[in-house]
Amino acid sequence: MKSNNKVFKYIFLSPVVIYSIILILLPLIYILFLSFCKSDSYGGVIYNFTLSNYLTIINTTYIKILLKSSLIGILTTFICICISYPFALILREKKEEVRNLMTKLVMIPFLTNSLIRTYGWIVLLRKNGVINNTLLGTNIITKPLELMYNNFGIIIGMTYTLLPFMILPVCSAVFKIDNNIIEAARDLGAKPLQIFKNIIIPETISGVFNGSLMVFMPAIGYFFISDILGGGKVMIIGNLIKNQFLTARNWPLGSAISIFLIIVTFLLVRVYQKTGGKLDDLGGM
Amino acid sequence: MKNKTLKNIFIALVFIFLFLPIIILVIYSFNTSKMNIIFEGFTFEWYKTMLTNTDLLEAFANTLIIAITSTIASTIIGTIGAVGLYKYNFPFKGLINKLIYIPIVIPEIVLGISLLSIYTLMKLELGMPTLILSHIAFSIPFVIVSVRSNLSPLITTYEEAAQDLGANPLNTFFKVTLPAIMPGVISGATLSFTLSLDDVVISYFTAGPGSNTLPLKIYSMIKTGITPDVNALSTIMLLVTTAIITVSAIYQSRNIAEGGKS
Repeated sequence: MKSNNKVFKYIFLSPVVIYSIILILLPLIYILFLSFCKSDSYGGVIYNFTLSNYLTIINTTYIKILLKSSLIGILTTFICICISYPFALILREKKEEVRNLMTKLVMIPFLTNSLIRTYGWIVLLRKNGVINNTLLGTNIITKPLELMYNNFGIIIGMTYTLLPFMILPVCSAVFKIDNNIIEAARDLGAKPLQIFKNIIIPETISGVFNGSLMVFMPAIGYFFISDILGGGKVMIIGNLIKNQFLTARNWPLGSAISIFLIIVTFLLVRVYQKTGGKLDDLGGM
Repeated sequence: MKNKTLKNIFIALVFIFLFLPIIILVIYSFNTSKMNIIFEGFTFEWYKTMLTNTDLLEAFANTLIIAITSTIASTIIGTIGAVGLYKYNFPFKGLINKLIYIPIVIPEIVLGISLLSIYTLMKLELGMPTLILSHIAFSIPFVIVSVRSNLSPLITTYEEAAQDLGANPLNTFFKVTLPAIMPGVISGATLSFTLSLDDVVISYFTAGPGSNTLPLKIYSMIKTGITPDVNALSTIMLLVTTAIITVSAIYQSRNIAEGGKS
């Protein structure tokens, strides 16, 4: 019986252990290793220890792209928060069935292919697209608006693609708030803004951090959205890494930028955990 | 009263924002005009053209093969992994428990390039096998998290009871543990299937020159010009994913209802 149990222990554990070592740990260690190597001019890697990749990031135009991309990410996250809070607070007043249906509906678009949806935005936003044609046709504007191939297009695309990742955790946090607390505050004369600041924000902060993590990180990495809606003019960190790996073939530099992203991720996860968030709630539906 | 109308308008606007691009694609898949600019008339032509577009269909078939294989593999590994990590103690358990969250939190692009690097290091040729392996890699953690939410000390008690009554570990797993965690397994599988169908970033780095998935095909078409049959295929995919999600949701709500009764 005992030895039988031991066999089962190996059966149950070995796949997940082998998986997490070979497909998670090893690749990341290799990237870390590469980030301290030199690249030769033919796209190969010279195994010499150097800090030059990290110095390149700090010193050159790369830092500008890093900052700009972070700014786009922060703006996207902020817009998502601004949409999700009122959305959740309004739904909170509805019946439970309505609420459940609405949150399910939010998920449907994000379960369809994100490239196809991004393509849908091209049809809407381009010069002779649906929005411009409608506005021109109704004489609201006389010249087509520049809605894509710029920062605006990227932020629309990112917000659209990532909004459900904010709405869902914010909703689940807002729906959990005890009605009695809000009633009590109201009876004691608290104004809506005070209730929001002193009750709703503290109660939902870990949900917001959960959403922010799931919005911000992709918003600096989803190169295809900035490729398509930014028209190749705007670079985000994702494009930078993609170019180093596939076009410039400078893997060590690309690895160093990736390590930077990993560090940012770990810091954000720490903050999320500090606000009382659980790892199991991340990225769930 | 006015306040309430304003609130409903806000909710409606959010949904319009979320559904607009999808509705537009569905509408244009029936448009007689080739240019996607003005809706001229109703046609099924693009659905017929789609059936003759072998490139597109091949990419779609690849996408399905990858999604199905990787979902099966990641559901099996993730399910028994979640149970194993819950039941047994071993050295470095803490490390493994942390590692499995990494694919969920790190940007996909980092996972993509790190897998690409390790395949190159191992001299694996990029193609369907590496694509499937990569999809398994990013799906497993989602299955584990989903299954884990269904594991409880109560299940352990049932398992012990079954074993005391003479059931072997294999029987215990299939007759006691698996039925109890089934909702988590189903939602984990659904999630990994939809994640796999949708994936652009990781596939972009781990697909070889010969293997194309539908998202990658569409990505390259966006640069050269998208034909309306892509709209048609997108509409069909939209229907398929919505159907899968609905079936899975119905299964789960029925499960919850049954659980409530017993």
